[in-house]
Amino acid sequence: METTQSTAIKDSLLELFKENQQAIQGHSTPLVNRLRKHAIARFRDNGFPETHQENWRFTDLSPLLNTEYSFDFSNRSRNMDTDKIFTCEVYDLDTFSITLLNGWFVYKTAPLTKLPNGTIIGSLAKAMEVYPELIDRFYGKAARIEEYGLASLNTAFAQDGLFIYVPEGVKVEKPIQLINIVNEDKPVFFHPRHLVVAEKDARLTLVHCDHSLTHNISFTNTVMEVFARENAVIDHYKIQNKGRNSALVTSNFFYQDTSSKLTSNIITLNGGFTKNLVDVNIHGTGSRSDHNGLYLVDSNQHVDSQIFIDHRSEACESNQLYKGILDDQARAVFSGKVLVRRMAQQTRANQNNHNILLTDDARTNTQPHLEIYADDVKCSHGATVGQLDPEAMFYMRSRGLGERTARQMMMIAFASEVVQKISIEALRDRIHHLVEKRLKGELSICDQCVLHCNSKEPTSFNIDLSKL
Amino acid sequence: MLRINNLKVSIVGKPIIKGLSLEVEEGEVHAIMGPNGSGKSTLAAVIAGRDKFDVDEGEVDYMGESIFDMSPELRAREGIFLGFQYPVEIPGVSISNFLRTAINEKRKHLGLDPLTGAEFLKLMEEKKRMVDIQSKLTNRSVNEGFSGGEKKKNEIFQMAMLEPRLAILDETDSGLDIDALKVVANGVNSLRSKNNATIVITHYQRLLDYIIPDFVHVLYDGRIIKSGGRGLALELEEKGYEWVKKETGEATGA
Repeated sequence: METTQSTAIKDSLLELFKENQQAIQGHSTPLVNRLRKHAIARFRDNGFPETHQENWRFTDLSPLLNTEYSFDFSNRSRNMDTDKIFTCEVYDLDTFSITLLNGWFVYKTAPLTKLPNGTIIGSLAKAMEVYPELIDRFYGKAARIEEYGLASLNTAFAQDGLFIYVPEGVKVEKPIQLINIVNEDKPVFFHPRHLVVAEKDARLTLVHCDHSLTHNISFTNTVMEVFARENAVIDHYKIQNKGRNSALVTSNFFYQDTSSKLTSNIITLNGGFTKNLVDVNIHGTGSRSDHNGLYLVDSNQHVDSQIFIDHRSEACESNQLYKGILDDQARAVFSGKVLVRRMAQQTRANQNNHNILLTDDARTNTQPHLEIYADDVKCSHGATVGQLDPEAMFYMRSRGLGERTARQMMMIAFASEVVQKISIEALRDRIHHLVEKRLKGELSICDQCVLHCNSKEPTSFNIDLSKL
Repeated sequence: MLRINNLKVSIVGKPIIKGLSLEVEEGEVHAIMGPNGSGKSTLAAVIAGRDKFDVDEGEVDYMGESIFDMSPELRAREGIFLGFQYPVEIPGVSISNFLRTAINEKRKHLGLDPLTGAEFLKLMEEKKRMVDIQSKLTNRSVNEGFSGGEKKKNEIFQMAMLEPRLAILDETDSGLDIDALKVVANGVNSLRSKNNATIVITHYQRLLDYIIPDFVHVLYDGRIIKSGGRGLALELEEKGYEWVKKETGEATGA
């Protein structure tokens, strides 16, 4: 069953694909283009996810599909100087930084950089021209488009995004930062696509920031594929601070080979509609996969975290810790599934989701889920939904702390369990600071914003996140 | 300093304190003794500002002002301190951060500059020695994973840091071994001055061997049924609560 809205936008997307096929396929390898055909067929069959599907029961896309979106099939932002419009202060230290504007690579740096150690960083579109053999080895190999409708839509339309390739044995010292900005006057719908490969014994830290510069309506449908080959170590940080009219669906597909180590941290500070999908294929023995999430939402914000960890191999460990604080009428959905297959003996899996609701109107749905077919495993899960402890509140006030201060202290303490998991000290401090600001009501993309959105020329502002 | 006049308190319609009067002046130590359920902890909680109780009648004045017009934090900043019978665990909030915030909110209220980091650390070291608290304890989350004795010591440590004018210690001695009890008593005694007052709420007279009270009150069924000097505590220990009950029952003709 499809609603008329989703059918209408589905039909127009299918039409759009047909009309713009040439432009869309322009820079891609033949393999990627064959995948597109397959993907658009999947999308034709399945359409947009709907609330009768298990993983979308509490997250209704249909209100977002009621908009006339526009699409860009060529890079109009090549030569834009994004420094003029945006400075990301999440991680302004010593990083290799790349900016995407409305899903397109911004050519303020060379479209592709090859570091002396062989690491390749840059635009995915460009990489398809220059390194087709690398693209074909990995592209589409982790994303499960049969399972995920929006990932199939992305696979059909995706043209650009981030490409990182770290060769065997190379440890990239500097974190690589991806800044994803949306800045458009009219409603836009786009499909960024990222491909990250860390070869055997390689090491990589990726900081991925999602921002919007206007309150305009946008729908970002991102797919990221990450490959951690044998003994590779990948730290992935995602920081989301989006406007209330933005919809952001990110499908993260992780593939882990033997003895690899992956840490994923997703921090949602603001966002109108956010869905973070994490799909991990633990393919090689002795691997470890840690997934931490923190969402701080208020007003009518909606955040959905869907995690699927597939233990396919022996002696691996996975941990999930997702925590959230919900104010006003905010809504959070958590569904975490751990599948331990028969051959995945000696698996250790841990899953935790904890929520604090600050009002009676805030709502959360949490569904921890373990599915275990091996017999020698150690798995646990826990989920809580609660309020700030009134006994602790009184205790703090009886020492002279004002009610507001006491509440903030408890919320910051609750959130800091996730922030403490961040292993880079400078980034941890920075994010702790942002979380503190957020919980003190000093960080808001909407309310205390310096962007002056009603102005016709929003591009002349230097955005200092610390002043938001 | 503290004047309680004909106080009546109930919780969900059930009377707990049924007409209690008490006066505490600067420099005094009062002990309130009584069996379980007599209203001792309720009295302490009402003075500190716990809002789950209903005050049905009576007045409580502190430094000449009615405390019912003051929020719990305002009472604390004005110098009231409650040592909890069951200190609450607050995961993720370190003792030092908690106390520094508390002290600086109090100082702000009193029109004083906040303590600098160095000043705060110095004060903390000094008070730690006073109550014999382990150094590493203050880096931990408030009361989280503390033993019973550590929690009570931490209450006395907080009291030492906040330097209250009126301290109410609610069964601080319960669950303590004799060494911990001495540490707690020692903390209280070293903070005693002619400008502040202490109310010690206890079930047993044992603590009063170490904290010598000026006055002893027996609280029974929501009323103070007998007051006296230190000797009353000893007599009570010897003869039990039944004795006071019988004696006052006869005296009032009940």
